[in-house]
Amino acid sequence: MPDEENKLFFGVFTDEDDCLEAVKACTEANFTYHDVLAPYAVHGLDRAMGLPFSKITWVTFLCGMMGTTIAFLGMGYMSHWDWPLNIGGKETLPIPAMIPIMFELTVLFGGVCTMLALFAFCFLFPGKQARLFHARQTDDRFVIVLEMDEDFNEAKAREIFTANHAEDIREVDADYDINSGPEGAA
Amino acid sequence: MAHHYSELRMPLVHGGKTMHDITNDVCGSIEGKPSMLWWIGWMVSGLVALMGVLTIGFQIYKGIGTWGLNKTVGWGFDITNFVFWIGIGHAGTLISAVLFLFRQKWRTSINRSAEAMTLFAVMCAGLFPLIHMGRPWIGFLWAAPYPNLRGPLWVNIRSPLLWDVFAISTYFSISLVFWYIGLIPDLATVRDRAKHWARKFFYGTLSMGWRGSVRHWNHYETSYMIFAGLATPLVFSVHSIVSMDFATSVLPGWHTTIFPPYFVAGAIFSGFAMVLTLLLIARETMNLKQYITEDHLENMGKVIILTGSMVGLAYGTEMFMAWYSGSMYEQYAFINRATGPFAWSYWIMVSCNVISPQTLWFRKLRRSPIFLFIMSIFVNIGMWFERFVIIVTSLHRDYLPSSWAHYYPTHIEIMELIGSFGIFFFLFFCFIRLLPGIAFGEVKGVMKMGQKHKHDDKPHDDQTPAAEVSHA
Repeated sequence: MPDEENKLFFGVFTDEDDCLEAVKACTEANFTYHDVLAPYAVHGLDRAMGLPFSKITWVTFLCGMMGTTIAFLGMGYMSHWDWPLNIGGKETLPIPAMIPIMFELTVLFGGVCTMLALFAFCFLFPGKQARLFHARQTDDRFVIVLEMDEDFNEAKAREIFTANHAEDIREVDADYDINSGPEGAA
Repeated sequence: MAHHYSELRMPLVHGGKTMHDITNDVCGSIEGKPSMLWWIGWMVSGLVALMGVLTIGFQIYKGIGTWGLNKTVGWGFDITNFVFWIGIGHAGTLISAVLFLFRQKWRTSINRSAEAMTLFAVMCAGLFPLIHMGRPWIGFLWAAPYPNLRGPLWVNIRSPLLWDVFAISTYFSISLVFWYIGLIPDLATVRDRAKHWARKFFYGTLSMGWRGSVRHWNHYETSYMIFAGLATPLVFSVHSIVSMDFATSVLPGWHTTIFPPYFVAGAIFSGFAMVLTLLLIARETMNLKQYITEDHLENMGKVIILTGSMVGLAYGTEMFMAWYSGSMYEQYAFINRATGPFAWSYWIMVSCNVISPQTLWFRKLRRSPIFLFIMSIFVNIGMWFERFVIIVTSLHRDYLPSSWAHYYPTHIEIMELIGSFGIFFFLFFCFIRLLPGIAFGEVKGVMKMGQKHKHDDKPHDDQTPAAEVSHA
């Protein structure tokens, strides 16, 4: 896990392919990632960083199943247990007629919980201040931020970044954020 | 090199844009001063929306008697408008979810506006069942499953009308979530470009501190796939359930198993027509021709031919089944549609929905913005009349000739229909002014398609897309 104390070493790239190649090389060289920032989802970048597949699918599955169960039990309670009504002699527990609402609540619970889980997994909330390493990191710049821990090999990192056409390479403090100072305004 | 698209593919974005150009173009339209055309559109639609809201207020104050409904024709413009708007709402989710699962990369230029259109169309749709209850503040609660409003009675879970309540509200919620999740990275870009504190606050709050970390993209992409997977069956379920409002009844003309696929095809057909109408206006007034290219228009034209032909096939199948069923009531319902007092509406429907889209077999017409605009208006009209034909012609003459009646809409009903268009366009004008109208984060991800690759050994002094060269 990233350490809050270490200084950081970052490179800025202008092309997704350069960034992807650099990440592959950094993973191979066993560098510790502080963060890798991309303005859009680059296919394969997460796997190149060595990240596992997101566990968010489990949240969707479990919450979706919860929706199905709530729909089934709720409708069963209403129409079979609490107040059974004779509607044209039909069953009081009409399974086929319950399928549409069970489906809808599965999707509703699954979908809304996936959104909430996404916010929780990424620790996003309204009013959160985004940490920026480059003023255009959400526009057209890719940033690879490495931790300068005891195993860090600066020459190697610099070599990887330069070989992949890094536009800017910097060594900064652990709490570097261009929102809090004028240094990164360029 | 990493993943590459073939240089032989058609480029999705024209004009040799860089990523920064895309950000500038799309954000520019919400950062600068709005154009005169936008002001005119916003004000005109706002006035029409205001008229609609006032008319609805008057109708709720006076009661449903202000409508032309009678004992025989209990559903008229109200439910026609509801089904029409719900159908319009289907294209957005189709583009954002179904085309995503099919890896149709061209969806990226149009999905954001199409999704916004879905939300506004579903809002307009939800309005009509609400106001047709007469006293919506009571009626709305009748539809919710909670006890003790009418004694300990519960809602009837066998009724498709109740399924509809769940289907429409789920559809709206999931479409909203899908749209918002898609917006977050783009809102972060707008936030990082903002100079004024109010803009920083507005876009900063909405973008939830998104910074583009790959750890977040990992979860984000997985959730996006999940939303697409959830929304795909949802979009088919919603109009199927709407069609069951009719199909589970015993009324001739409604009582048919063809309704769910027929309604879904019709919904996608009308929705794509409305997407075309809106995007042709947006690309003209907001200067987006290099993003919404003629290739996009052509693809949408192809979807319209497919779904329009399915709708035509459904009209033919309905006619055949009425004859083949041997039921005289069913047969009369269809003879009455084509030759009875509402025959004019039937033939408007057939000519707009079956004949007009067939012109799109010609490539030249599929790529002509003016022709497509006119055609999309015809389809919109035709699909409104389809719902009118299904609802009114089936109701006005059923089993018992002594109860037959005619239906004349009042000016209140007509003003509410026009008002709903005002609300729809007003919301759309607000949207393209406040939020990025093109999902530029997604467009950047596919812009390498058909472009020469950077740092390749080949000379790359010209940024001309390779595919364009081969066409020359």
